[in-house]
Amino acid sequence: MKNEQQRRQFLVNTAALAASAALPLGARGQGAPVKVGILHPVTGFLAYSGGLSRLGARMAVEDINAAGGIKGLGGAKLEAVLADAQSKPEVGAAEVEKLNEQGVSAIVGAYASAICLATTQAAAKHGIPHLVDVGVADQIVQRGLKNTFRFAPGYKTCTDAAVESLQALNNGAGKPARSVMIIHEESLFGTGTANLLAKQLPPLGFEVKDVIKHANPTRDFNNIVLRVKAANPDVVIPANYYNEYALFVRTMKQQNVTPKAVYSVLGGAASSYKFVKEFSDAANGVLDVNHWFNPKDKRAWALKKRVDAMDGQFFTYEVYLNYAAVHLLADAIERARSTKREDIIAALENSTWKGHFMPYGPTRFVNGQNEGARPLMMQVLKNDIRVVQPDSYAEAKPVFPWKV
Amino acid sequence: MLHIINFAHGAALMMALYGVFFLHQKAGIDPYLSLPLMVPAMFAAGYVLYRFVVAKASHGKDENILLVTLGIAIVLENVALTLWKSDTRTIETGYTFTTVAIGSAMIALPKLVAFAGAALVAGLLLAMIHGTDLGRAIRACARERQGARLVGIDVEHVFAMSFGIGLACLGAAACFLLPAYYVNPQVGNGFVLIAFTIVVLGGMGSFSGALLGGLLIGVVESIGGLILGESLGQMGIFLIFIAVLLFRPQGLFGARA
Amino acid sequence: MRQLAAIAAFAVAVALLPAVTSSGVVLNMAIMTLYAALLGQAWNLLAGFGGQFSFGHAVFFGTGAYAAAVLQARFGWNAWAALPAALALGAAVGGFIGTLSFRYGLRGSYFALVTLAFAEVFRILANNVQFTGAGVGLMIRLEPGAARFQFADKAGYLYVILAFVVLGLLISWWLKHSRYGAWLQAVRDSEDSAAALGVNVFAVKLQAIMLSGALTAAAGVFYVQYFQYIDPSLAYGPAVSVEALLGPIIGGLGTVWGPILGATVLHLLGEATRGLVPSLPGINLIAYGVLLVLMIMYLPRGIIGLVKCSRP
Repeated sequence: MKNEQQRRQFLVNTAALAASAALPLGARGQGAPVKVGILHPVTGFLAYSGGLSRLGARMAVEDINAAGGIKGLGGAKLEAVLADAQSKPEVGAAEVEKLNEQGVSAIVGAYASAICLATTQAAAKHGIPHLVDVGVADQIVQRGLKNTFRFAPGYKTCTDAAVESLQALNNGAGKPARSVMIIHEESLFGTGTANLLAKQLPPLGFEVKDVIKHANPTRDFNNIVLRVKAANPDVVIPANYYNEYALFVRTMKQQNVTPKAVYSVLGGAASSYKFVKEFSDAANGVLDVNHWFNPKDKRAWALKKRVDAMDGQFFTYEVYLNYAAVHLLADAIERARSTKREDIIAALENSTWKGHFMPYGPTRFVNGQNEGARPLMMQVLKNDIRVVQPDSYAEAKPVFPWKV
Repeated sequence: MLHIINFAHGAALMMALYGVFFLHQKAGIDPYLSLPLMVPAMFAAGYVLYRFVVAKASHGKDENILLVTLGIAIVLENVALTLWKSDTRTIETGYTFTTVAIGSAMIALPKLVAFAGAALVAGLLLAMIHGTDLGRAIRACARERQGARLVGIDVEHVFAMSFGIGLACLGAAACFLLPAYYVNPQVGNGFVLIAFTIVVLGGMGSFSGALLGGLLIGVVESIGGLILGESLGQMGIFLIFIAVLLFRPQGLFGARA
Repeated sequence: MRQLAAIAAFAVAVALLPAVTSSGVVLNMAIMTLYAALLGQAWNLLAGFGGQFSFGHAVFFGTGAYAAAVLQARFGWNAWAALPAALALGAAVGGFIGTLSFRYGLRGSYFALVTLAFAEVFRILANNVQFTGAGVGLMIRLEPGAARFQFADKAGYLYVILAFVVLGLLISWWLKHSRYGAWLQAVRDSEDSAAALGVNVFAVKLQAIMLSGALTAAAGVFYVQYFQYIDPSLAYGPAVSVEALLGPIIGGLGTVWGPILGATVLHLLGEATRGLVPSLPGINLIAYGVLLVLMIMYLPRGIIGLVKCSRP
């Protein structure tokens, strides 16, 4: 497989100059593989998430092929064309050009919002359907690009759900919480989430004691934790990435800061099996409104089992969102019965796909956003992550307020 | 001291952190106990790296050193990525969550040990620079390279020793840092700028300056964070940095360059 | 004069590229190489010709980028109108940093580090101020049209970046042949001797940094128009500062063609190693880093030095 990749790369590089018009794209002959670009930041500072994303996508390709490929195209197999965005938007865009010339029918990626903005745009210029795997920034689907489709929710949806759920949680427990404090990372995801929270919580009766923005990376959380201690909010709301989240929660434990709840929104480590495994002391009780699979669907657990068996891998949202995205694409290709880019885009536009194990219902894309997409609320209970809200997906009752 | 601007400083720290991590994970050695292993190992690595790569690349010009250390940083970061993947690794020791009450503040034990360790290392370095032949040689090379050569000092060797000592300090730093922090291939990047800042603040060429500079930076970072907010407060460090460079370029204790 | 003819020939050759190929890969690579060359040329003005090495050139790049983004996104300006404003702002920032640094006699590593610090200060500011969109960054609307400095196909972008690079080449050529350039290079070679000969060292350096700032800001504007999105770390982060200095050092400091040569070599190197072992991330960057180190070890005066040496 590796040699084929290298040979292909060499041919593409030398042929690029000779190639004039775009490669002829049309319904391939029966059985010819369907090329799908899998583009993620697998080097650079996003390497961890990029690697997991690629894993999910590749597993999906393997599973689809093992199940007989695209039956509507005579059992044509999917062929994953791997690309590395190197954690930089401009590299991502350059890779899209390469993927275009390699004749991909679609692209799945690119994890980070900033990179997705660049790659979807580059893909749009060639009419390549681009499924956004994670990238939560709402701008991604607000530019009127016909080729961009996001299966998972954006951060506005997640934040709205988080606010609603917090209210429900609080009301259900007799309103023990009156104040919150938001700690967020300084870039797009954290700032955007914090802004929405700070606006929506006060009208519902929550006093926002403070909003603390911190840098990426932050080496030390002692000062922030001391401020949390001094302000003594009922609920601490972190919105940051894995490393900072873990450091923050550990520091709170060190300093004996025990709010009524740690309530994360798209928490970097909160719903992470890795975090729970490595820091069980600090992790228990943490609530998170985040991407999650439908716990009532056996297929999710089956996939989890396979990933758990892999050395050093964890069943994270990067994995299953990419797994789902590739399957969504396969369904669209199946219905389009074609590998032509415009046909796939049309198929995605009217997609009502139910074959996933996310809590979204059948897909319904409006301006590229899957309307049914939504996060779930999880809590770490007894060293395991369980869905606690909404009731239709809950595996356990939430424990709120949390008693150490 | 010798005006070697080492862009690979952060990457070297990252490698050292991995060293401490694996010593703990595979051989069960406590990070503080791995000091006698890490320090000499990092020293040796630094010496060899300088002698066989950096020295050959400098061709007498500072900017080449900057470039070559940049290249080394890229290589180190991606070697780490290829070998050990990008997961963040942490270690749990018996004392990770121990805190010591000092007044009304609760200080994490690993941080206290790091504080003591840093002071000790600075003291050792100070003693070395003023009390040993090598120290004298380093000061000589810093002041007047050609002259040093003329009096028979093996300048290349001295530079290599300094570089090695620099990396050895990183080895020590890694032992003190890992209990309170984590390691992944990109971890070094967060430290490079701060390291440069502290060196310049303390006065290039002064160890006590670097120590005090470090303390000052820490205080500025905290107060800045309090007044301006954690994110904007980071600016405090760099504003001080600029102010020192403009108004007192020799730093707190350095000699006029 | 031969050099001017060479510049013209270069311009024509590159301009013909879209006629020869419609490969997005090739055109994009040409654009990104020229963009890197522009960054390098601007840096080279100050460092190669002026002897003032900056580690924080991102401060000018980001200023230009944000100027373009803010003027369009918040004030509805036309992108072409924003361009001169961005250039002026880049020059102004250069003037500010230059006045402070040179007035207080910062040289060598100290100057380099202070530029780095300024870049970080700007980055943190941009990250915390609503005006620049803070952490969220700024997006400009996708509206292809030459009148809006956005092009539906790559050729338009290629011509624009080519125009800037040719301007950079002409400025570099001018520095090699003009009296101002002679002063600047004298300051580079020995500031004290130049002062003794009556050169107004402060003014010369200040003008150089302002010119460099303006040209770097142009690269910032181009980035925003090409990618339609900017955020604080893309604008002021160390990646841009590093990219600005790599090309000229590899290609040849203080030369007219050095930055372009360096940028080309680095991009070709990146491409050649990018395809290596895609299933094992990182290997390609290791190869890139190793080759970079080897180049510096064995090519002390950059590629230009190699070319000059090989002439008998």
